[in-house]
Amino acid sequence: MPILEYEALEVALPGMARPILDGVSLSVAEGEAVALVGESGSGKSVTARAALGLLPAGARVGGQVRVGGAELIGADADTVRAVRTGKASMIFQDPRAGINPVRRVGDFLTEQLRLVGGRSKAEAEARVLELLGAVGLPDPPRHLRQYPHQMSGGMLQRVMIAGALTADPRLLLCDEPTTALDVTTQAEIMAILRRLQREKGLGLLLITHDLDLAAATCDRIYVMYAGRIVETGTAAELLAAPRHPYTAGLLGSSPPLHGELTRLVPIPGSPMSLAQSAPGCAFFDRCHFAQPGRCDQAAPPLAPLGAGMVACHRVDELANSAAQEIR
Amino acid sequence: MTTDPGLLLQVSGLRKTYPSGGATVVAVDDLSFSLRPGGALGIVGESGSGKTTTARMLVGLERPDQGEILVQGTPLAARVRGRTARLARAKAVQIVFQDPYLSLDGRISIGDTLDGVLRLHGSPSGADRAARVRELLAQVGLGDREAAALPRQLSGGQRQRAAIARALAVEPAVLVLDEAVSALDVSVQAQVLNLLSDIRRDTGIGLVFVSHDLAVVRYVCDEALVMYRGRTVEHQPVTDLLSMPQHPYTRLLLASVPRPDWDPEAIGEQRRDLVAADALVP
Repeated sequence: MPILEYEALEVALPGMARPILDGVSLSVAEGEAVALVGESGSGKSVTARAALGLLPAGARVGGQVRVGGAELIGADADTVRAVRTGKASMIFQDPRAGINPVRRVGDFLTEQLRLVGGRSKAEAEARVLELLGAVGLPDPPRHLRQYPHQMSGGMLQRVMIAGALTADPRLLLCDEPTTALDVTTQAEIMAILRRLQREKGLGLLLITHDLDLAAATCDRIYVMYAGRIVETGTAAELLAAPRHPYTAGLLGSSPPLHGELTRLVPIPGSPMSLAQSAPGCAFFDRCHFAQPGRCDQAAPPLAPLGAGMVACHRVDELANSAAQEIR
Repeated sequence: MTTDPGLLLQVSGLRKTYPSGGATVVAVDDLSFSLRPGGALGIVGESGSGKTTTARMLVGLERPDQGEILVQGTPLAARVRGRTARLARAKAVQIVFQDPYLSLDGRISIGDTLDGVLRLHGSPSGADRAARVRELLAQVGLGDREAAALPRQLSGGQRQRAAIARALAVEPAVLVLDEAVSALDVSVQAQVLNLLSDIRRDTGIGLVFVSHDLAVVRYVCDEALVMYRGRTVEHQPVTDLLSMPQHPYTRLLLASVPRPDWDPEAIGEQRRDLVAADALVP
């Protein structure tokens, strides 16, 4: 059973030319690591926040979001609180933005256990020491007494992961958890997240702009563009044989570390803003394969293809040739 | 140091320290390298490696404690006094930051910004300047619409191109790029990377490309220098650095780049072992 399930989620702000999210369907099973990949403004963070019942103020919302079977769209405050305090936790890009700088790390970590979990100070501290050890911090008793500014970004991100675990969630939502960190630290944080997912059977939703990181750490990948899922499949397949021109374009845009070095083929133009809309495929203006009169008429539906799904009018023609040539 | 006017840039024995509490932090220690005309050097490192301090010393935003920076055989003055010296410094080295707002005035259109740079550097005729502004913008793939726009009316990629055009307007000998493509979306980053390789090919300008991203350094540069806690741990042609990394830290950096058979657990262990053995500091 999926721990997280979106069905045709729609989020629109009044006065904007297009919805922020336009029919997003996605699922994460227990013990599964899933990545949602997209560029800035694609709607990936809004999608993740919706799983905690956090939606932009004043937005018109449609569709469904279920966490562990509990429906969040239109839910009452108790349901939302139950999800946030017991089923799902979120880890953000900047650990310093989510912790009070004038309070000790220990106070931050034990707060929820004492206030929501009703545990005594000693019980809460014992639990937190255990969690700090589990995220690989070298000296848990000392870290409890430290202030956030006394820790490096990588250490503090571990504190935030420990904080996310105090609620014993079944689902971890990770919004660019390593983007602000050094590459060697990124590897350590991803190792911790993957171990938690495997050993505790947590569902993991990784929000990232980095297709290579997604493929290296997750089982399945959803690629998002302008508020829609444009392609989904297993990490291995998606990386080896991207079917959507946007996915192929993303891969063609990152220079390789090894192998032959040819001139990059960038995706022309820039991602669509909320002030722009298109009657047809949102990628039309930037697509090397766009066919006027066809691709700009109606939005392509997300349709099954092999083991995955692709939203492209020309996917059958491009499947085995052109879309992959860009790589 | 022997002065070779044939070299664009010669850096020798550069050192910079900062006081921190009662102690002294060595940000950059004994850094030396040189750059041929048309050459491109990548400076690679993580936070605290000293790569940004190096970039700032190259443009004179920080004064080195020791060491020398020669641009086309002439020492970069430690102190710049007066208009002539300031213009000469600007002609020697220009910089593009990660955040283009640091070098663009939010209240002035891109075209006027470029025009101001040209006027300052002695292009008297308005018609000449207008033609040169168009030429500079065309070089970075921008047109009349972008020339009339304020920085905030452009997309992130366009704004970074405008910052590059502003730096090129001075016709500097050396262009320093400090994480200049890191904040851009992948699809847009590729456009700017192609632009940088075209500029290199067409102008013979020297590039110092500061980045944490080895793949991007490989694409733009022919040499790379890896820094760790202020020290140079390795300096090699990029191809050799990637295929035969000599220093354990370079190998760790390479292993850390995500790829399909990635094993982040092993990388974490490797890093802890290296730190414990103190094997990273040269």
